[in-house]
Amino acid sequence: MTPVKKIKSRTVVLPTRDIDTDQIIAARFLTTTTREGLGANAFHDLRYNLDGSEKLDFILNQPESGGCGILIAGNNFGCGSSREHAPWALLDYGFEAVISTEIADIFRNNALKNGLLAVVVNADTHRWLLDHPGAELAIDVEAATITLPDGTVIEFTIDGFARHCLTEGIDQMGFLQEHAASIQSFEENRSWKP
Amino acid sequence: MSNPRTLFEKVWSDHIVVDETADTPAVFYIDLHIVHEVTTPQAFSVLRALNLPVRRPDLTLPTLDHSTPTTPVSTFKDLLVAGEGAANQVRQMQQNCKDFGLDLLGYGSGQRGIVHVIGPELGATQPGKTIVCGDSHSSTHGAFGALAFGIGTTEVGHVLATQCLLQRKPKTLAINIDGKLPEGVTAKDLILAIIGKIGVDGGTGHVIEYRGEVIRTMDMESRMTVCNMSIEAGARAGMIAPDETTIEYLRGRPRAPQGDDWDAAVTRWQELRTDDGASFDQCVTLDASELQPMVTFGTNPGMVVGINDPVPASDDVSFQKALSYMQLESGKPMTDSAVDIVFVGSCTNGRISDIEAVARILQGRNVADGVRMMVVPGSEQVKKEAEQRGLDRIITAAGAQWREAGCSMCIGMNGDVAQSGQLTVSTSNRNFEGRQGVGARTVLASPATAAASAVAGHVADPRTYS
Repeated sequence: MTPVKKIKSRTVVLPTRDIDTDQIIAARFLTTTTREGLGANAFHDLRYNLDGSEKLDFILNQPESGGCGILIAGNNFGCGSSREHAPWALLDYGFEAVISTEIADIFRNNALKNGLLAVVVNADTHRWLLDHPGAELAIDVEAATITLPDGTVIEFTIDGFARHCLTEGIDQMGFLQEHAASIQSFEENRSWKP
Repeated sequence: MSNPRTLFEKVWSDHIVVDETADTPAVFYIDLHIVHEVTTPQAFSVLRALNLPVRRPDLTLPTLDHSTPTTPVSTFKDLLVAGEGAANQVRQMQQNCKDFGLDLLGYGSGQRGIVHVIGPELGATQPGKTIVCGDSHSSTHGAFGALAFGIGTTEVGHVLATQCLLQRKPKTLAINIDGKLPEGVTAKDLILAIIGKIGVDGGTGHVIEYRGEVIRTMDMESRMTVCNMSIEAGARAGMIAPDETTIEYLRGRPRAPQGDDWDAAVTRWQELRTDDGASFDQCVTLDASELQPMVTFGTNPGMVVGINDPVPASDDVSFQKALSYMQLESGKPMTDSAVDIVFVGSCTNGRISDIEAVARILQGRNVADGVRMMVVPGSEQVKKEAEQRGLDRIITAAGAQWREAGCSMCIGMNGDVAQSGQLTVSTSNRNFEGRQGVGARTVLASPATAAASAVAGHVADPRTYS
């Protein structure tokens, strides 16, 4: 995983609550056997009409959204299916971070393991972000801060281990493998066997 | 004497390989890993790249369910029905299982089916186990007092390679269900009412324990329906303490312990309950005696209403957007809605008791003109048992389709989908926008409500068809 230390980008705002992973990447695109290329179909049914033409009123189809790497989403973003294709699709589309007042557990886990920063902020900060689409934010992952365009610094909480893995680009498989002896010992010594 | 503990805490602490610290999560052992074709290919690729074997093939249960066609075998022997992508995914799963020494419950095994249907029916799902799968409805297995949750593909790779996950301890939420379910109100109605009450994020960060007399008197299939939809309330998992009902369900199943091992297991399972005086991080109480059959009206499973109540109103933008997508108006009952498709199946309601409930209503009746009804058994074993009991003939005589086992229209990735604008009454678990086809409108309901709606041609109260 590529280390993620600092993110500096403009925001795009999707204020709808409870955006589920089916909307992020629909099931019909899950027949892939690789991680790549899912960005083309991220938010597909919000972006395109049935005939394949663009829905011009959808925010991601508007010119000012081009190059925006930070998604400001409504409460409870990423609920529903555990498909890791959702963060893969967002990363492949070009997003580097998602900010909301609440992010669903499995999605957040999946996102952080792939280098997509998932940040929860309080309602006041969220309101400001919703009201200022296109704001240029500077996120410092190590310091766990978001700097607004006027210099205001907002702190956020992130699990220390997840942050360490993000900033150092650490793959958690390696960390687990270092515990092979403990795993072996657990299997041999437990009071019952599955 | 040790501190009183919850059911969750007992199962959690029994699986800690390395304790969590402020800096690092716990190394957490997994007793059963169920895998399917859709969320595993990239995980097997990681194992290949790192030249790692599957650590415990004996604790890994692979099957095919998500992208498999449900049309009769003769028409899909080359898997063309599901599309080339799905066919390729199935072939890759078969190859991965061969290469990594896994015993795939695939075509011809007689035991293939939806991951969360076959685990219990084989007796592989047991109290006190930790169970994961690359599928969010893994919470189903919690009905047995297992700690079971959905994981992403990266974590599927972790479990394949190490049989462990890195986990932070979640919080606990007790949901106490008092009273008694009224006649004609089912487990599906109960869980929809619970999600309606606590919301689609009401369980985020928590493991739910369902408690109370209503749960104790439920059969295992009903308990599975309840736990299945824990994720729809945002919960990590849902659990129910094992009891005699659990033990009787598992007795004699092929992968349940046998002989002396069975006796030892039962003794251990009987300890798996929340101790008196143990505390939960949160508690919610619901009175079941107030409930009626429930249906969804919006685009998430928390937007529910009683079958005879009007669709509520709200100024909230997301709420309005959902009603607009569903082409519904506040103030009108859901029973006004004409139905195009009725889907019975899924890991929520694709078991034998669900098919029985449908057959009871369809017996001697016909699916209304213009309605297409599909009944998709959750597994090959459910299909076989239903056919032995003649339920398939009642279903087809009524004009409904009787299909091969699989996830089918619940996720709509095998070609079983609704067209844009069509309204489907579905016994599945998600009414998200586009879940059952682009522009498709989904109303979640119990099997009885689904069958009644098929006969009526509009969303209908099953109690008028008893």
